[in-house]
Amino acid sequence: MGGIVAVIDYGMGNLHSVASALQHVGADKVLVTHDAELIRTADHVVFPGVGAIRDCMAEIRRLKCDELLLDVLTEQHKPVLAICVGMQALMSHSQENGGVDCLDIIPGEVRFFGNPLLDAEGGRLKVPHMGWNQVHQVSAHPLWSGIEDNSRFYFVHSYYVDAVDRKLLAGSVQYGVSADAALARDNLFAVQFHPEKSHTAGLQLLRNFISWNGQC
Amino acid sequence: MGLAKRIIPCLDVENGRVVKGVNFVDIRDAGDPVEIARRYNEQGADEITFLDITASHEGRDTTVHTVEKIAEQVFIPLTVGGGIRAVEDIRTMLNAGADKVAINTAAIHTPELVREAAQRFGSQCIVVAIDAKRVDDVDGAPRWEIFTHGGRKPTGIDAVAWAKKMADFGAGEILLTSMDRDGTKNGFELGVTRAVTDAVEIPVIASGGVGTLDHLVDGVLLGGADAVLAASIFHFGEFTVPEAKAYMSARGIEVRL
Repeated sequence: MGGIVAVIDYGMGNLHSVASALQHVGADKVLVTHDAELIRTADHVVFPGVGAIRDCMAEIRRLKCDELLLDVLTEQHKPVLAICVGMQALMSHSQENGGVDCLDIIPGEVRFFGNPLLDAEGGRLKVPHMGWNQVHQVSAHPLWSGIEDNSRFYFVHSYYVDAVDRKLLAGSVQYGVSADAALARDNLFAVQFHPEKSHTAGLQLLRNFISWNGQC
Repeated sequence: MGLAKRIIPCLDVENGRVVKGVNFVDIRDAGDPVEIARRYNEQGADEITFLDITASHEGRDTTVHTVEKIAEQVFIPLTVGGGIRAVEDIRTMLNAGADKVAINTAAIHTPELVREAAQRFGSQCIVVAIDAKRVDDVDGAPRWEIFTHGGRKPTGIDAVAWAKKMADFGAGEILLTSMDRDGTKNGFELGVTRAVTDAVEIPVIASGGVGTLDHLVDGVLLGGADAVLAASIFHFGEFTVPEAKAYMSARGIEVRL
């Protein structure tokens, strides 16, 4: 429990809320950095993301955070939590900004919700998908510990993840389509919602993450 | 089941204190913003909006510090508005811990600011705040115009057309305040709420005039709002956030309980 958590900072927006939420749930130390040596010392790594995918990918590559992330995941086997655009960046490709190649760590596409987007009764749904929606826990995972199925988490996004390998799906959310809310593979857990902004359920997920050993 | 309608307590803050006026004047002290924000977070508010109505530069520094303190303790989205004039102001507030910034007057003077901000920081954090006043046409057809300077200065801009334009420019959300209703406790101006909600694809927050829990219900069911914002009914202890949510839920509105 606790330990050192590194939040990978590739210069895209405010990471204070992630850092302060991690501190709040008991991390001994939170490092917000892209320094590979510092991140190597961490017990857990968070890969966040805010903003448009083209700029995010450009900064991730410029600061070599792509190589760093692969090293952390597959060489050092640290538990990694990807959040929002951080999750989208893991996929093969995104439709945002006219089409952007992403890291291809998890094969799949990041798709636009569509306009118009309609619910099951034909009602119009606003895009971005902004606010508190229910996450169905498709598979059991240590990060869901103590969180009721269909708990609400805070989402804000216009593009959603659609992973190729459906066995990786850990959580789904309904918003006109069935979108991937959480993906899990080995020591990697990725969420589309913002746990750091999701009050009780979100803080519980972060608490679970910093005590997770990376095994499923 | 799906996306919940949001309840957003609003803190109007001047020189580090929460205040609330009637029709933007007659201000009454409601307490320490950090304490109040923490209370709403614990009550299960879905977001918090912080509107800085301070004029002075010294006051602005206080605001940044207050936002930092709130962001350390509040784990729901925080929107900060008031005095946002340039990309640098947006960056300052986001770095202080805001999740979204609300742009009002500056968007009217420099609409390109909204486009630039959305490109730089993402639409998800750019809220355009619109202060609308009813100015019916000569034939009596309802129309709403944007006013600045706390409702004193007309701009000649149609509120509905403006909301559409701001959505096209990349705004992620509209915060729509009725200047006629703000602080009156007579309920939202539902005409403009409905007109703007129908006109744009992005979420709309209804604001201005909440005095009863039925007003919150009307904002969603009649106005079509995605979120409802209120200040004084929560600040002065008339209702708690859970009471408001239970009331809305009993009327068939999906909320986060």
